[in-house]
Amino acid sequence: MDELIQQLANGVTKGSYYALIALGYTMVYGIIQLINFAHGEVFMLGAFIGLWTFNLGVSAFGWGGTSVVALVVVLLVAALATPVIGVSLERFAYRPLRHAPRLAPLITALGASFLLQQAVAVFYTRGQLQFPDLFPSTSFQIGGASIQLLWVFMVTVALVLTLALTLFIRTTRLGKAMRATAEDPDTARLMGINVDVIIALTFVIGSALAGVGGVLAGMYLGQINFFMGFIAGLKAFTAAVLGGIGNIAGAVLGAFLLGILETFGAAYLGGQWQDVFAFCVLILVLVFRPTGLLGERVSA
Amino acid sequence: MKGRFLQAVTVLGVLLLLAAGCSREEGGGQAAEPTKTVKIGVIAPLTGPLSELGLGIKNSVDLAVRQANEKKTVAGYNILLAAEDDTADPATGANAANKLASAPQVAGVVGTLNSSVSQSVAPVLARANIAQISPANTNDTLTRGPDFKTAPKRIWPTYFRVASLDSAQGPFGADYALGDGGFKTAFVIHDKKTYGQGLATAWADRFKEKGGQVLGTDTVNPGDRDFGAVVTKVIGAKPDMVFYGGEYPEAGPLAAQLKDRGFSGPLMGGDGIYSSDFFKGAGDKADGTLATSVGQPTARLESAKQFVTDYEAAGFSESYSAYGALSFDAANVLIQALAKALPNASDVQGARSSIVTAVTETRSFAGVTGEHSFDEFGDTSNRAWTVYKAESKEWKDIFSGEFQT
Repeated sequence: MDELIQQLANGVTKGSYYALIALGYTMVYGIIQLINFAHGEVFMLGAFIGLWTFNLGVSAFGWGGTSVVALVVVLLVAALATPVIGVSLERFAYRPLRHAPRLAPLITALGASFLLQQAVAVFYTRGQLQFPDLFPSTSFQIGGASIQLLWVFMVTVALVLTLALTLFIRTTRLGKAMRATAEDPDTARLMGINVDVIIALTFVIGSALAGVGGVLAGMYLGQINFFMGFIAGLKAFTAAVLGGIGNIAGAVLGAFLLGILETFGAAYLGGQWQDVFAFCVLILVLVFRPTGLLGERVSA
Repeated sequence: MKGRFLQAVTVLGVLLLLAAGCSREEGGGQAAEPTKTVKIGVIAPLTGPLSELGLGIKNSVDLAVRQANEKKTVAGYNILLAAEDDTADPATGANAANKLASAPQVAGVVGTLNSSVSQSVAPVLARANIAQISPANTNDTLTRGPDFKTAPKRIWPTYFRVASLDSAQGPFGADYALGDGGFKTAFVIHDKKTYGQGLATAWADRFKEKGGQVLGTDTVNPGDRDFGAVVTKVIGAKPDMVFYGGEYPEAGPLAAQLKDRGFSGPLMGGDGIYSSDFFKGAGDKADGTLATSVGQPTARLESAKQFVTDYEAAGFSESYSAYGALSFDAANVLIQALAKALPNASDVQGARSSIVTAVTETRSFAGVTGEHSFDEFGDTSNRAWTVYKAESKEWKDIFSGEFQT
């Protein structure tokens, strides 16, 4: 029983950073039906930018150990810098191909993914890098399971950001414009909506969320490397499909579910079954609900 | 706009083709009077997470080649290094082996790092009759076949190694854990790869045989970094220590996550985690980690002093790392065989089988890592092993010994 709660906590925590990546996948798909395979790399760059910011803080302001200031600054810089990468991807890799057959931008996305990975590998490092413990390593007990405060923080951040995103899309003018663009870009344009700006905005939001996810994952896993975005991105994409791609609540639900499924698969069937178990469930869900758990409801 | 885009793509494409066309060959010293060229291949991970070890192998072979050219060890020939990247991937390794095998000037290969890669490299080189000497493969099946315990049988007559075997490394580590280490119970984890699984099994068998208790076994997926599920299982089982069969990219986060979640015992692994890159990821959270590795510590060996000095003087930008000294020996065994076989042959391709014979006949070769003689399986007689312990982000050697199977 203790172990069950502990494994559940492991799964939910894993789900929290899957969710932050999955949101970007699902939003971009919802609005331009593109599977942005380079999105995992934005997540990876978020972690690296977080680390660089921290290192800069160490040399310039003498940061050390855990500090709230450092944590907030690192998260903010990651969230502000990753959108630049996301928007550049959109502008240079996807926009020129927006009216090309669907396969073309998909291949470009894969290419952009390799480009970003290798850019970090070649110009920075191929090795593993230790990520600082920005968060105090406090833990508490729930029913025999030991829960770290960091995990609670990660899940809270993921949920709060999802809620904020939902409110933004449902209640603001820009959110309305996003929904309109997702529904029918041509009509939206006729209604006076600047579709290019709205698509760019989607990339901004998605990238910022992935950037935050990268920093959180860095703190949780303790180390980062140039290919960390590949598997995490693939899993987050799976989570988005599981929940119903294009659907925001679905992506988050799918991410937590996938995190829990993987952990339970690894814990009760053995590590070699982790992905097999998770993907069996995915196939079962898709057989009975081809559009995912919550269905493909665009951007809301 | 569209035209410019196309133009840019074309230019980029041409540049990429040009870059791909540039070969990886590197001169082994001054090209000069010797008219004929012979090549020694290297197959190792030169990029990717295991490149720290792979580049150490490549540089050390390079050093041996440069010295041989200076001394004109192989009369009438200038030796060139042909280094191929296997990215630690068996399929990429097979491609590299095919490329080297089809080059007429290639006389022998030093490599690979990973046992799993040699499984696909060795058959290719065997077909082309090219001698291969691995400085690092420790999996038993490579020289002794799948039934290495009961009916050892050599598979590839061209495959040799100066590294010792996991059937010795595992028990050597297990004896240390039970003896000096003082651990009675363990949890065993491996990565399902040829090397990791073989080592973990050999370790666990000996540990149980000598009175230790294995409280649980699990696997992880190479490439994974989140080990929450398995760490929770370990903590639930309350073992004295964890043994991990695998390599440092996974072992680093595993050690750190074990410590983060309050596990107080050490992680122990084999030569796959013995690398300074282990600490780049795990940092000081890895303190207390134990690793066994092939041979005696290079820095302590009287016979390796000259190698260390020469390596530093050669100005490589990477360290010789765990397998540098062994790679240097492997290259020199090969060079010695070339010196014997090449003068009597008309060309390199024609000399390949006599090179293999010359390598097979290697007896009491005085290398920088000690004496090497090949037995009927192509394994070295040198069975020295060392236990290292992680202390403030460095490996300290704490015990050296021999293990004869």
